[in-house]
Amino acid sequence: MATPMRKSAGWAAEQALDMDSILILEQLLNGLQFGLMLFLLAAGLTLVFGIMDMVNLAHGSLYMIGAYLIATIAAASGSFWLGLGAGIAATCVIGMLLEKTILQRFYHRDHLAQVMGTFAILLMANEAVRMIWGTQPMQLNAPAALAGPVTLLPGLSYSAYRLFIILVGLGVAGLMYLLITRTRIGMQVRAGASNREMALAMGTNVRWLFTALFVFGAGLCALAGGMLGPILAVQVGMGESILIPAFVVIVIGGIGSVRGALLGALLIGLVDTAGRTLIPLLFAGIMAPDLAANAGPAVASILIYVLMAAVLFFKPNGLFPARG
Amino acid sequence: MTMFGTSRAAFGAAALIAALGVSQPVWADTVKIGFLSTLSGPASALGMDVRDGFNLALKHNEGRLGGLDAKVIVVDDQQSPDAAKQTTDRLIKREKVDFMTGIVFSNVMLAVAPPIFASKTYYISPNAGPSQLAGKQCNPYFFSASYQNDNMHEAVGQVVQDRGFKKVALLAPNYPGGRDAIDGFKRYYKGDVAAEILTPLQQLDYGTELSQIRASGADALFFFLPGGLGINFIKQFTSAGLGDKIALFGPGFSADEDVLSAVGDAAVGMFNADLWAHDLPNDANRRFVADFQKEYGRMPSSYAARGYDTAQLISAAIEQVNGNLKDKEALGKALKQADFTSVRGPFSFNTNHFPIQNYYLRQVVKDEQGHVTNKLIGTVMEKHGDAYAQECGMGG
Repeated sequence: MATPMRKSAGWAAEQALDMDSILILEQLLNGLQFGLMLFLLAAGLTLVFGIMDMVNLAHGSLYMIGAYLIATIAAASGSFWLGLGAGIAATCVIGMLLEKTILQRFYHRDHLAQVMGTFAILLMANEAVRMIWGTQPMQLNAPAALAGPVTLLPGLSYSAYRLFIILVGLGVAGLMYLLITRTRIGMQVRAGASNREMALAMGTNVRWLFTALFVFGAGLCALAGGMLGPILAVQVGMGESILIPAFVVIVIGGIGSVRGALLGALLIGLVDTAGRTLIPLLFAGIMAPDLAANAGPAVASILIYVLMAAVLFFKPNGLFPARG
Repeated sequence: MTMFGTSRAAFGAAALIAALGVSQPVWADTVKIGFLSTLSGPASALGMDVRDGFNLALKHNEGRLGGLDAKVIVVDDQQSPDAAKQTTDRLIKREKVDFMTGIVFSNVMLAVAPPIFASKTYYISPNAGPSQLAGKQCNPYFFSASYQNDNMHEAVGQVVQDRGFKKVALLAPNYPGGRDAIDGFKRYYKGDVAAEILTPLQQLDYGTELSQIRASGADALFFFLPGGLGINFIKQFTSAGLGDKIALFGPGFSADEDVLSAVGDAAVGMFNADLWAHDLPNDANRRFVADFQKEYGRMPSSYAARGYDTAQLISAAIEQVNGNLKDKEALGKALKQADFTSVRGPFSFNTNHFPIQNYYLRQVVKDEQGHVTNKLIGTVMEKHGDAYAQECGMGG
């Protein structure tokens, strides 16, 4: 694909190099965009897992419910922004109800019970969405102002909406950094992540903290759902397909660590994007085209799991383990 | 959802009749059609269009096909070969249908073909046209009122070749239909391939691929992404700023009414090839398009046009044999003659019972009322058959 370009006449070499650096820049942005969205999901997941010691498979359902609510409100009101705001708020309320009524009862059970219970919630959420919104995917369109491209550098135009996603992701990451390092809640969260029993003994109001954390995680899920809705499709099952990479992220980053989640998410985003670009090219160079066309994408899609295995081999607790 | 309910109810009723042992009355003046199609799930819009087109033809014929009262049993195949097989058994054995039709997906078609052929029931395809049934596994009981799967991609290849594009990027999902699309395209496009990208069938975010396409320096892009995939891709293509740099080409499926109503302005300018266009200037088509809009309140798609033609083809054949459905051989001969006026213009059957027909170039435009729709540009291929006919041993 790119190889014939490099082979082309010498006078075009400089131009070809240009094209390649544009490709690399653009793929970096793609990786950043994908990684930051994974971070939104992984941040909530890692806190719930790290602090409450709770495996929550229904996390992806909140992402799906958030996306549906945002799409529905946006369609009804005609405003993407109103849909986003109201959808996130509604998902927070749903998250709170879920935590208060059901999930709280799972905190003292073992992981197997938690997996079974939250998996049941996931299935019920899928069917409920199917009953309410039907089987056809919903359309959520990016706001008109962001629908077009922006020119970043001469020759490099990039989707304004994807750029916006990157900014939102960076903003949330920055906000979370301040929240965790500079506030009292943040201190309690860190204390809870590194030693839960001790934090309890020191008088942290765990009930309240857990609910707040869960609601915050639900809000981030809905934000991710609203951001990705216009790029992906708002459909039943969307939560599961992103839940698995989100789990990979928190395992790589170290369970309970928001810093680890951010780094893990960016790593996964970049590796996944790079893999999808480079591996098919690499394979095309060494094997028959039809074989490469099959093997390339297949190998690219397992790359993030290879990365996870490698990280776990050298650092079994992840890159930034919250527990010393 | 309601659709699902209705088909289930129809099923229930059918099962009840059978269970009560009520013998099927022999209506000499009735023809029974088993209409098995995808009516739930993400691709349900396609099955519904085929059904509505078929029903419109019935309405035009006052509920009759070739002079016989038509009884159409509509069932959902859930886009599942297994579900379709079970349903087919019931339609053939309990309902004893005279014809079957409706299937959208080739994998479903291939799963139910053996039992249908074994029961000597005629199947008229309004959509699926897998190469197997056009070539070595062709069958006297199969007639395609649609196309062979490669056809539209071949036509697009011809267009891109004719327009002098020299460096084309190709994008399709990594499954048999996607790879056939690329093969069909390359059969008629002889220039350089700037990039050939296959994506997982579940993928919806094409950011990475769009960057690759931009970097490949392609002057045109051929893509085949069915249903929701295409909707996402076109939006992302435009928002990445490639719309005015790279000419967009695809088969008619990638720019049919279901896609256009979701994508809107982002698709304007896209070229696509199809066997039909809503503005084809012939009387049958004008009537079809006007009445379809009146009846269903939306623009018909190519799927609807083929559903309509399917009913007309069946009707013509029944008329020719004077309603005698018992003489299978005579019925087959009558079908082969295709003595009906197709909304797509000239239509006849090849030796493998697949069509010899024209393929047209359409472009997505915004019409005077501000609707985004297709506009007929011209004819790409005249009386075009398919590449597999010579492998079929039916002859004559």
